[in-house]
Amino acid sequence: MNKIFLVARREFLSRVQKKTFLLTTILLPLLIFVFYAMIIYFSVKTNDNLRIAVADEANILNGKINSKDDIAFEVVKNETVTSLNTALEQKKFDGYIYIPSTYNLMGKDSLQLKSNKAIGIITREKIQKSFDDVLEEKRLLSLNISKAQLDSVQHSNNRIKFATINGKSDDNTKAGISYIVGYISGFLIYIILFIYGTMVMRGVMEEKMNRIAEVIVSSVKPFQLMMGKITGIGAVGLIQFIIWIVIVFGLQLLLPLIFPDMLHQMQGQPIQPAGMQAMQAAQQMKANGGMNELMNSLHQINFTLIIGCFIFYFLGGYLLYSSLFAAVGSAVNEDPQDAQSLLLPITMPIIFAIVIMTKAVNEPNSGLAVFGSLFPLTSPIVMMARIAHGIPEGVTLWELLLSMGLLICGFLGTTWVAAKIYRTGILMYGKKITWKEMWKWAVRKS
Amino acid sequence: MNNILELQHLKKYYATQKAVDDISFNISKGSIFGLLGPNGAGKTTLLRMITGIFYPDSGEIILDGKKFDPINDIIKIGYMPEERGLYKKMKIGEQALYLAQLKGLSKKDALEKIKFWFKRLEMESWWNKKVEDLSKGMSQKLQFVTTVLHEPKLIILDEPFSGLDPVNANLIKDEIYGLAQRGSTVIFSTHRMEQVEEICDHIVLMNLGKKILDGTVTDVKQQFKENKFSIKLQQQPANKINESFELIDQKENAFTVKIKDGYRSNDVLQFFIQQNITVESFNEILPSLNDIFIQLVEGTKSVSRAFQQVSA
Repeated sequence: MNKIFLVARREFLSRVQKKTFLLTTILLPLLIFVFYAMIIYFSVKTNDNLRIAVADEANILNGKINSKDDIAFEVVKNETVTSLNTALEQKKFDGYIYIPSTYNLMGKDSLQLKSNKAIGIITREKIQKSFDDVLEEKRLLSLNISKAQLDSVQHSNNRIKFATINGKSDDNTKAGISYIVGYISGFLIYIILFIYGTMVMRGVMEEKMNRIAEVIVSSVKPFQLMMGKITGIGAVGLIQFIIWIVIVFGLQLLLPLIFPDMLHQMQGQPIQPAGMQAMQAAQQMKANGGMNELMNSLHQINFTLIIGCFIFYFLGGYLLYSSLFAAVGSAVNEDPQDAQSLLLPITMPIIFAIVIMTKAVNEPNSGLAVFGSLFPLTSPIVMMARIAHGIPEGVTLWELLLSMGLLICGFLGTTWVAAKIYRTGILMYGKKITWKEMWKWAVRKS
Repeated sequence: MNNILELQHLKKYYATQKAVDDISFNISKGSIFGLLGPNGAGKTTLLRMITGIFYPDSGEIILDGKKFDPINDIIKIGYMPEERGLYKKMKIGEQALYLAQLKGLSKKDALEKIKFWFKRLEMESWWNKKVEDLSKGMSQKLQFVTTVLHEPKLIILDEPFSGLDPVNANLIKDEIYGLAQRGSTVIFSTHRMEQVEEICDHIVLMNLGKKILDGTVTDVKQQFKENKFSIKLQQQPANKINESFELIDQKENAFTVKIKDGYRSNDVLQFFIQQNITVESFNEILPSLNDIFIQLVEGTKSVSRAFQQVSA
C-alpha cells in the first residue's frame, strides 16, 4: 500500500509541477470561456442601426409599423421599385420592403426586403417578427377576431402538462435541461477516459522505453507500479477537473456583469438556430415565462445525485479503462505507432458508448440505453445520459445500483487482466506484440 | 550459515524453451560471484527470479539462511539490470530519493545515504540536474549509486561496465571491491571474461538453461589446464624431441610444450638440463576463462534470445 502511494505521489507531483499543467488547467477554460463569450456576444449584440423603408402601396399597415430596437421602420408613400432602388443606392436608407398594391393579406405572397448590405441573422428575425405581429393582427381583424379575443384564446390553459406516475411534473423545459445535462456529463466522461487513459498509456510507455521498468519492479511489484500510476494520474485528473469547475462557475457569475443586457435580450428574442434542441428548450422557457421557469427546472434536477453519480462513473470508468490503456502501453515497443493499432479494441467500446449515449438522452428507457447503461464498458458514459432524467423517470434505482455493481466488477476484472499483461509486457523488449499474444498472457494462470 | 544465497533445483520453463533448467549453486558471504553464459543462456531469467521479479516454476531460493520472501527481502537486494534507465525529466537528487524510498528506506535515512554516496563519487553538484543532461557514463554512475545506496547484502550487477570509460570503470570496480570487503556479496553477470578473471572469486557458467561449470576461478583454470608450459632457454638445444612432451610452438629460444600423459614437468626440465642448457624460465600456461568459455559453449547450439513466453 505504502509503495502504491509512493509511486502515485511521484506520478502526481511530476505532472502537477510541470508548467504545462498550470497552463492547460487555467488557460484552457479561460480560452473556452472567451470563445463562447465572443459567440454569444456577436450573435446577440446587433448594432446594425438599420433604417428600413416600407413602401406600403397596398395600404395594409395604415402608415404605422413599430420600430424595434435598432431597426427603424419608415413608411413611405408613392414610391416605385425604381425610385426605391435609387434611394437605396443613395443610401437614404439601408433597405426597403415593397408591398405591392396587389398584395393579398390572406394569400401566399411573400414580401421581399432589399438591402445594400447583408443583414445579420438576429436582425432578420427581428424584422420578421415585427411584420409577423402586425400582419397577424391585420389578418385576424379581417376574420373579425380582435386582438383581445385572440389573447384570451391563447392564454387559456390548453398546454398539456407532462407528468410521470410518481406525480412529479415532467415538462418540456425539464426534459430539455435533462437533455443538456445528460449530454454534457456523458461527453465529459468520454473526454476524461481518453485524456487520462492516454496519459496513463504514455507514462507506461515512457517507463518501458527509458528502461526504468525493470529497475523499479525489482523494488515494487508490477501491480503496485501500475496501480500507483493509475491513482496518481487519476488524482491529477480530479484536481484538474475541480479547478476547471471552479473557474467555469466563477466565470459564469461574471458573465452577467460583462454583458448586463444579454440575458434580457435573450429573453426578448426567440432565437431559433436550426435543429438545436437545446435552443428549442430555451424557446419553451420563453413561452412559459422565461428565466423563472428555467430556474425552476434547474431546481427540479437533482444535482446532488448527478454530481455524485458523475464522480462515481468518472472514477469507475477511469479505473476500468486506464488499466487497459496501461496494458497497451506495456506492450508497445520502440515505435509509438504500434500503440495505434493496439488501442483500437479499447477505443471501439468508448465510441460505441457515445453513440448509445446520444440515443439514451432522448429515450432513457429504450432497450439499447438500458443495455448500454448496465454493460461496464459503456455504462460510465451512457448512464450519465439516463441519470440526468432523474430517478425513476430516467433510470430505476435498482438499475442504477446494478450498473454501479457491474462497473465495480468490471474494473476489478480489467485491472486483474491488465495487470497480468502489464507485468509481462513491461519487461519485454524487441518484439512487436499483438492482441493475440496479450490475450495469452492474460488468460494464462500464474 | 556461510552462504548468502542458495539456489536449489530452480526451474523456469517458457512455452518455447527451458530458460532455467534445474540450477543449483551456493554463493558464500562477502564473495564476488560471476554468473557467465552466452546470450540466451537464461542468466537474466535466473537473476529475475533471485530478485523476486519472476517466481520460479519449482525449486527453492534461500537468502541469508531463510526462504526468500520477495516482498520483505527486497531491501536486502540491489539489482542493476542489463536493461536499465532512469526517468529523464526527473531531477537526479529526487530520483535517487524516490528509488531509495521504493526500496523501503525512510526519507531521512535515504537523504543521508544519498549525500554520503554523492560525496564519495563526486556527484554533489548534480542534485538539481536532470538525467537527460547527463552523459551516458554519468548516468551509469548514478544508476550504480541507486543500486547500492540502501546497503544491500546482495548486490546484483548485470553488465555493470557497459558504457563506462576506463576511468569510471575502475572507479566502480574499486567500489565493488569495497562493498565486498564491507560484507556485501556481489553477483556479477557479464560476457567480458577478462573482467571476471580480474574481479570474481567464484564463477558459474550457464548454457541453455543449465549449469555447466561451477567453481573458483583458480579451480576452474586448473580443471581445464592442458599441461602446456612455456620454456625459455639460453641457447638453442641440439635435441628438442623427447617422448615426455610435444613441441607446439617455437620462437627462437622460447618454446611452448605440451607434456604428455604420464609425464611430469620435471621430466621436461630434466631433458634440457641433461643437455647442459640453462633454463631461463619455465611457466605453466593456464587457459584463460575466455578460452574455457568458448571451448564449452562453442558447438552447442545456443539459442539466441528467443521471444520469451513469460509467466512470472
